[in-house]
Amino acid sequence: MKILTEHIDVPGIETIDVFCKHGGYQAVEKAIKKMSPDEVTEEVKKSGLRGRGGAGFPVGMKWSFLAKPEGIPRYLVCNADESEPGTFKDHYLMWKSPHTLIEGMIVSSFALGANTSYIYVRGELMYVIHILEKAIQEAYDKGYLGKNILGSGYDLDLYVQAGGGAYICGEETALLESLEGKRGNPRIKPPFPAVKGVWQCPTVVNNVESIAATSWIINHGGDAYAAIGIGRSTGTKLISASGHIRKPGVYEIPLGITVEDFIYSDEWCGGIRDGHKLKAVVAGGSSVPILSAEMILNTVNGEKRLMTYESLSDGGFVTGTMLGSGGFIVMDETTCIVHNTLTFARFYHHESCGQCSPCREGTGWMDKVIYRIEHGKGRKEDIDLLVDVAKKIEGNTICPLGDAAAWPVAAAIRHFRDEFEWHIEHPELAIQPGAVYMRPGASWA
Amino acid sequence: MSFPAETLELVQKIIKRYPKGKHKSAILPILHLAQAEWKWCSTEVMDYVAYLLSIEPVEVYEVTSFYTMFHLEPVGEHVIEYCRTGPCCLMGGVEVYDHLKKRLGIQTGETTADGKFTIKEVECLAACGWGPVFQIREKFYMQLTAEKVDQIIDELSK
Ligand SMILES: Cc1cc2nc3c(=O)[nH]c(=O)nc-3n(C[C@H](O)[C@H](O)[C@H](O)COP(=O)(O)O)c2cc1C
Ligand code: SF4
Ligand code: FES
Repeated sequence: MKILTEHIDVPGIETIDVFCKHGGYQAVEKAIKKMSPDEVTEEVKKSGLRGRGGAGFPVGMKWSFLAKPEGIPRYLVCNADESEPGTFKDHYLMWKSPHTLIEGMIVSSFALGANTSYIYVRGELMYVIHILEKAIQEAYDKGYLGKNILGSGYDLDLYVQAGGGAYICGEETALLESLEGKRGNPRIKPPFPAVKGVWQCPTVVNNVESIAATSWIINHGGDAYAAIGIGRSTGTKLISASGHIRKPGVYEIPLGITVEDFIYSDEWCGGIRDGHKLKAVVAGGSSVPILSAEMILNTVNGEKRLMTYESLSDGGFVTGTMLGSGGFIVMDETTCIVHNTLTFARFYHHESCGQCSPCREGTGWMDKVIYRIEHGKGRKEDIDLLVDVAKKIEGNTICPLGDAAAWPVAAAIRHFRDEFEWHIEHPELAIQPGAVYMRPGASWA
Repeated sequence: MSFPAETLELVQKIIKRYPKGKHKSAILPILHLAQAEWKWCSTEVMDYVAYLLSIEPVEVYEVTSFYTMFHLEPVGEHVIEYCRTGPCCLMGGVEVYDHLKKRLGIQTGETTADGKFTIKEVECLAACGWGPVFQIREKFYMQLTAEKVDQIIDELSK
């Protein structure tokens, strides 16, 4: 079942003519000519679509929180900052099929009553920005954007905004600060963007994939979307698959397939690269807890784990993880968990905006302490020190970047403590290039 | 210091994307244009951007110092921005990066003596499935190997 990527490999799909030949812009026609904004929102609510940027908050519900004071403009801002390590789905979608996002932007803006909307794209993707701008111009030329769209009296201008290279600008209030031309420092909430967003006006921020999905929902109905998936994990999800698999890439899966199928089936990742065995997975982007092979394939109750929000988080952080943004990073037995954790800790240290002391100082500590462990200078007490620092960051910061920095470190120690200990106890071995700790009884495939 | 006429026109168009009085929002897009024009964000360049937007120079400085894409020091002709984050490392990113540094004879943040190449380490470029990855200006170079790196450097050295 493909909703967003059904036609992604059709030659010329980036042009509006080919896109329209494959059913493109029908949702705009339907929504604007035949539906009221509230009816559009109602369908999205019925679909059960949850935010694809990481937090999984229901999209329709978020829309219904938007304040609508008389005479004050409202804005839709698409979050295309995509900087979470392991995640590259939005990049892929916008690059291959820009109109899929633009169509969704028009439908969603109409539902929210926004007359100006922005797509905030990380600045590194400047070539994608050019692709989007070209596609937007085509949409203006066809009358899907601009004044009086399809004779309805509804006006919409759509612009692309380039970021400047800062992961924190993916956090929605930092993104709005950045859109205002400032440093990307997250705001204290409340007020929430739905009440005071960009330029203090009511604003909805949604991920690329969330917005892109709305067109299909309008074409086929919220119920049809909700029929895909399991329970509260409705519809399809783009999974960015990277690491030691045969076929890295972006896959659109119906939520609810098993993790095992996703990793091993030829339809998706095609299994672990030749001659190797699965060791660990980070299932939802660098922020979510890493799990060992056994834990990612099965829940603690011995059931097969599914690619859903609920199943991946089964067991809480003790034995579970999160679907997050769908950045699925696969590691085989040649992976040094300490080194991988170091790159994540360094990432969060680099990306902390510095407003809150626990995050600013804590990410620096974690980076430095893991660095010394990795480089054979670790001390016995370092592991507990890391756990302690992670605990002190968690829940004590303005935005969730603090948690996102603490979780991967805490989880790596929770599930791979022996690797950290081995580094500390055998520094002479650990500093050898490519050194990896083998658990007793484990073997190289 | 001034943009060419057509860039100045573009600047005026960009400013119109935002509500009246909110033209400060144009700062990042204009800085990108400025860096494309002058390679790096010298104080002079930043002051010019402030002048274009009628804002205080410090409002530009605090932005350029926050976002990693802006070069605050002179750079070489080709700036190679190399992804150092986990998923790329899993694909052999560290080894390929070591090769790049050896090939150019410079370390992270340095520029070759002939002024041709600068290398910088950056974090995840949203291309993890196609790693290891680096970026030169707008172009992504993916699934890098030592041989591919050599080819790219040979090509750009011509
Ligand atoms: C540090 C941090 C980085 C984030 N990065 C992104 C991002 O790159 N893209 C994204 O869509 N959401 C990101 N988010 C989540 C956004 O804050 C926000 O929840 C999301 O854009 C809402 O859209 P959705 O409900 O459609 O997912 C990030 C959150 C945090 C705390
Ligand atoms: S948690 Fe970190 S990134 Fe978020 S506001 Fe505080 S210092 Fe900035
Ligand atoms: S880790 Fe290198 S592009 Fe994501």
